Amino acid sequence: MIRSADPAVAPTVHPLEDLVRMDRIPHIWCPGCGTGSVFTACLTAIKQTGIPYDQFAMVSGIGCSGRGAGYINIDSFHTTHGRAIPFATGIKMANPKLNVIVFSGDGDLFAIGGNHFIHAARRNMDITVVCVNNLTYGMTGGQVAATTPHNARSSTTVMGNPETPFNLPLLAYAAGATYIARWSMLHARDLADAIAAALRRRGFSFIEALSPCPVNYGRRNREKAIDTLRHYQEKAIIKNGAHPAELDMSDARGPILGNFLDIEKPTHDEIYKRMYRPEEG
Amino acid sequence: MTSRVLTGEHFINGDIACAEGAIAAGCTFFGGYPITPATEVAEHISIRLPRVGGTFIQMEDEIAAMTSVLGGAWTGAKSMTATSGPGFSLMMETIGLAVVTETPCVVVNVQRAGPSTGLPTQGAQADMMQARWGSHGDYEIIAVAPASPQEMFDLTITAFNLSEAYRTPVFIMSDEIVGHMSERVVIPEAGKIRTVSRPRPAGRKDRFRLYRPGPNGVAPMPAIGDGYKIHVTGLTHDEKGYPVMSVETQKEMIERITGKIRNNIDDIVMTESYRLSDADIAVVSYGVSARTSFTAVDEARKRGIRAGMLRLVTVWPFPEKQIRALAQKVKGIITVEINMGQISREVERCAAGRVPTIGVGHHGGAIIPPEAVIDAMEKEVMR
Ligand code: SF4
Repeated sequence: MIRSADPAVAPTVHPLEDLVRMDRIPHIWCPGCGTGSVFTACLTAIKQTGIPYDQFAMVSGIGCSGRGAGYINIDSFHTTHGRAIPFATGIKMANPKLNVIVFSGDGDLFAIGGNHFIHAARRNMDITVVCVNNLTYGMTGGQVAATTPHNARSSTTVMGNPETPFNLPLLAYAAGATYIARWSMLHARDLADAIAAALRRRGFSFIEALSPCPVNYGRRNREKAIDTLRHYQEKAIIKNGAHPAELDMSDARGPILGNFLDIEKPTHDEIYKRMYRPEEG
Repeated sequence: MTSRVLTGEHFINGDIACAEGAIAAGCTFFGGYPITPATEVAEHISIRLPRVGGTFIQMEDEIAAMTSVLGGAWTGAKSMTATSGPGFSLMMETIGLAVVTETPCVVVNVQRAGPSTGLPTQGAQADMMQARWGSHGDYEIIAVAPASPQEMFDLTITAFNLSEAYRTPVFIMSDEIVGHMSERVVIPEAGKIRTVSRPRPAGRKDRFRLYRPGPNGVAPMPAIGDGYKIHVTGLTHDEKGYPVMSVETQKEMIERITGKIRNNIDDIVMTESYRLSDADIAVVSYGVSARTSFTAVDEARKRGIRAGMLRLVTVWPFPEKQIRALAQKVKGIITVEINMGQISREVERCAAGRVPTIGVGHHGGAIIPPEAVIDAMEKEVMR
């Protein structure tokens, strides 16, 4: 709570304080980390929708961003590594009235959890997946991820990454997602708006949030937190509606950001109900 | 909607009886992944659940199936999955999460012979130790072992009741033979079926503690959307459910999750005694192997051997007290099971050298013939 120095003025409550477990603060995220900003965007989005907080559940997997579920003051679940999406699927199918948000990292969602991601997208499971993409495994000390750029150094690719990273929006698109956006943590307003739009939307929505990990990625790749932010600010190309196939991240140009896809398709719980429990109407 | 409880007499296999037992117990969410010989549980429940207002989903793998079951359980739904050995192995990490987050759920393992792909269409009882210790860390678990399609129905209800009462995963350790065997199954009237639901919290939401235990060591459990703003984590956590990385919190948490089972062992453990009152030699068995063991006991009696049997209906927590008492009474104990000595080691441990104990095992793929048990008794009595 931010209190005014002037006792005559009533104390100002932080606008998101009702959505934060204040008794869990300080959080574990490092100085310069972008996860907190993405988390804030997520809380802002929840607030923006106007949907009562009791109708939300947040599910995280493991890793730095996976701790998100521990700080939000709604029903929240910190599950096993890579399994946030199937946990969320169980929640949604058992109680379709709930709004389910998955908040986790690229390592969690796309390496160990890759299979769950594509299947949830294929089913058009009505959940919103927010991926904090820091291009590495932050919590375990900066190992190579499925999103680490080719040639980038990590603690398990000290001579440079020999592999090709995923283009996450393209993966989501190919698998059947109905809402796809990518912003950086610096584009806080756009990011929050995209998450809010996704929450209001029925269907599988995917928001990639680029976010620096200065401690474990930046250090090895000679990139300070401020350099990453500058890169996002100066190099990012905003191209709403861009085709996901053009969205791979290359060294040559900055990342393409925007709201790429927003289509209507019946969700899995709706189809299931219609086909298997038609009498419920 | 059709009726939840199909009261009447049926001629069905164990897997189908299990699915019906789940529905009768109040199951409304099933997340599954097909695997022989458990697939018929999923197939049958996929047809039946939506007709009683529930939901079935076939997930992309066993890890996802088990994880979806946990998600379902936290919405308040009685949730279940069914699998066999290899799938059970894949579920183990998530089962640990269920244990530590005290999530009620039921897992049916229709066992087949292993290791690895083994004999998918032939039975075994070789996952018994996996059921006990398959996940990482210290914990207690509950497992029951049905010996017939009727018990697949009855013990599935028991499994749900125990899981709800103790907020813990409960395993139904069946096997291919019981799963695929068709027999008469009597389903009672709905009103005659006792079902238990998890205790739900009441009182001030701001003072709520997710893991503050009630009198029997079990904490009331809210559902998502009840307004308690719960946080559930697989990290070591305090009563509030918040992560605390300390030796003291770890101790407190482990003591709570093991204590609620250890301290209620008499309420949980079920055994069945057969011709034991004057027995010299006792057979200990469970599941499908108990069926041949009953025959072996009767046959041995005809041959003048005073044999009796203790059937373990609950296998975990292990019926230690009952085995100790048995070891005071008889001259020898024979454990009969389709593995190379998993439960027989537990029996040996509890007998603690008071009487000789031997195991009659099988490598899997077939039931144990009664003669093998009788042979062992004769050797035991002769010595
Ligand atoms: S390790 Fe990296 S991702 Fe994790 S909190 Fe620190 S800066 Fe953020």
